[in-house]
Amino acid sequence: MSLSALRWPPFVSPTLGRHLAMALGAAVFLLLVSSQIGAYDDYNLAAIALFAIATAGLTVLTGVNGQLSLGHGALMAIGAYTTSLLLRGRELPLMLVLLASVTTAALIGAVFGVAAARLRGPYLAGATLALALGLPQIPTRYKGVFGGEEGLTVSLPAPPNWLGVDFPRERWLAWIAIAAALATMVLLANVLQSSVGRRFKAVRDHEAAAALCGIDVAQTQVQAFVLSSGCAGLAGSLFAYWSGVTAPGGFSIPLSLQLLSAVVIGGLGTLAGAVWGSIVLVLLPTFTGGMASNLNLPSSVGNNLPLAIYGAVLVLAMLVFPYGIHGGLGRLLGLVRARWGQTSTNHKGVVDWDDPAPGG
Amino acid sequence: MSEPQQTTLDVADLTVHFGGILALDGVSLRIAANEIHGIIGPNGAGKTTLFNAICGFVRPDRGSISYRGRALLGTAPHHLARLGIARTLQGLGLWPGLTVLENVVVGSPLRPPFLSSMLALPRADRLEQRLAEEARQILDELGIRTLADASPAALPYGVQKRVIIARAIMARPSLLLLDEPASGLSAQEMERLAQLLDRLRHRMSVVVVEHHVDLIMAISDHITVLNFGRVIASGTPEEIRGDPQVAAAYLGEEVPTTETSADA
Repeated sequence: MSLSALRWPPFVSPTLGRHLAMALGAAVFLLLVSSQIGAYDDYNLAAIALFAIATAGLTVLTGVNGQLSLGHGALMAIGAYTTSLLLRGRELPLMLVLLASVTTAALIGAVFGVAAARLRGPYLAGATLALALGLPQIPTRYKGVFGGEEGLTVSLPAPPNWLGVDFPRERWLAWIAIAAALATMVLLANVLQSSVGRRFKAVRDHEAAAALCGIDVAQTQVQAFVLSSGCAGLAGSLFAYWSGVTAPGGFSIPLSLQLLSAVVIGGLGTLAGAVWGSIVLVLLPTFTGGMASNLNLPSSVGNNLPLAIYGAVLVLAMLVFPYGIHGGLGRLLGLVRARWGQTSTNHKGVVDWDDPAPGG
Repeated sequence: MSEPQQTTLDVADLTVHFGGILALDGVSLRIAANEIHGIIGPNGAGKTTLFNAICGFVRPDRGSISYRGRALLGTAPHHLARLGIARTLQGLGLWPGLTVLENVVVGSPLRPPFLSSMLALPRADRLEQRLAEEARQILDELGIRTLADASPAALPYGVQKRVIIARAIMARPSLLLLDEPASGLSAQEMERLAQLLDRLRHRMSVVVVEHHVDLIMAISDHITVLNFGRVIASGTPEEIRGDPQVAAAYLGEEVPTTETSADA
C-alpha cells in the first residue's frame, strides 16, 4: 500500500497529504531507531536532525534561490541566544521558545535580506561573511546580557511524565529535534513544489526574465532569506538545548562554512541532500575523532583532522558526485532502473525525488 | 479620414543616451490594438533599447510612453505583466532549473500567496493545477505539449524559442513584445511563427523586432524602421518597400534625399 493512499480530511490538499505521509513514515522509522540506540547515539541523532533544519534552510537559499550565504552560523546564533536569553532564570514552554527563536531569526534575516537582495555574487558572500564574523562579537562585548565568552547555559528539556521517570533526556531531545526537522521539511517541500519554489528558481536562473514575468526579484530574494533565517533560528534554538551552553565560540566562521559545504556535499538545492549533508556534518568529526585516537595521533593533529577530512570529502564529492550525495544516489538508482527497462530520470540523469513537475 | 484606431501603446519623442552615444533620438510610434507592428533596422539602430525603455530596464532622458492611456515611464519591470505587457528577450532567458511546463506556468501573473503555498492549502493546490492545465493547452497550441516535462536546456533552439513565446502568452498579455523571435529559425519554423503571430493578433497587439525583413514584410500591418536611433520610415509594408531611405540604410546605397540633392 502506498502511503499517499492515506485518507486525509478535506483541508489537506494532495500535495500536503503526500508530504505529510512521507514525514509520518520517516517519524515512525526514526522513533523506532531512536528507541533502540543508546543515549550517546540519540544525542547524535538529535544533532543530525537539528543541523538538517539549518542545512535545509540554507539549501533553499543558496541552492534554490542562488543567494550564497557564508553567515548561516550567525543566524543559528541568533536562535540560540534568543532561546538562552528567554530561559535565563525561568522556565518557558518549549513550543513558545522555539517559535520565538524562529521569529527573531526570521526578523533579523528579513533586515539582512533586504540588504542582501541588492548584492550579487562575491559581494553577497562578503556581506554574509561579515555577518558571521561580526555577530559573535556582540556577546563578547556585552558580557552582562550575553554572558561573554563563557556564554549562557540551557538545560535539556525534561521529558513529559507519561514517558516514564527514567526516560532518557537525550532521547526526548532527539524526538523534539526530529519532530521539528520533519515539520520544517514538510513546509519546505510544500514551498519548493509550489509557485514560490518556481519563483525562487526563476530568480536564480535569470533575473531579467523573472522580472518580465511579473516576479518582484528583490521581494523574492527577501522571502528566501527570511525562510532560510527562520530555519537557522529553529536549528539554533535546538542547538542551544542540545549543547547546553550558548557561547560565541560555537558559532564562529567554521560553523558557517561547514553548513555550506554540508549542503554542497549532500546535493545543493534538494532537501534530501540537506539531510545527507547534515549526517556528514555530525558524524564525520565523531568518526575522525575515533580514528585519531586509534592511530595515537597527537592532539594538535587529531583536533584538526575533521576539518582536513571535511575538505577532502568536499573535493572528492565534487569530483565524483557533482550533484552531491543525493545526486550520486539518484544516478545509481537511475542506472539500476535503466537496467530494469524503466526510464524516469531527468536531464541530469538525476532522479528527482524532491520536485516532480506539478501534476506530472 | 478614417476613424482613429484604438491605441495600445503610444511612444512619443523617446530619447535615450548611453554616455556619449545617442541610442534613441526622439523616437515616436503608435501601436494600435490587435495589430502586428514590425520594427526593423540595422544592428545598433536602437530596436532593443526601445524595448528596454518600454519595459523600464532603461530610463529615457526625454519623451513619454503611454500604455492604454496610462503613463508607463517609471513603472518597475515586474509590474508590467499585471498591466498586460509581456516581452521575450533576445537571449531567451529560459530557466534551466525548471521544466518546460514550469517555465510556462511562471509566465502567469496569477499565483497563490506565500503562506498558502507553504501550507499547500487546497486553494493553492487547485490554482496550481489550473495554471498547469492552462500551460499545457498553450504548449499544445505551439505543438510542444509532449515536451512539458523536459528540461528546456536540452531542447533545440527553435523549440526553446517556442517555449519562450508560450511563457509570454501565459501572461494573457494585451501587448506582446517579441525581440528577434525568428533568429536562428529554419524556414519551416519561421513559417510556423508567422502563422502563430497571425493567430495571436486576434487576442493582442504584437510588436516584433526582427532582422528578417522578409518575415516582417509578410506579417506586419505597420512597420517602423529605425537607424542610428531615429525613425527613418514608418508605414505599411508596401510603403516601406518603396522607401528610398530604408533601402539606403540596409544596402548602404547612395540615395538622393532632399538634403543631398540640395547640396548637389
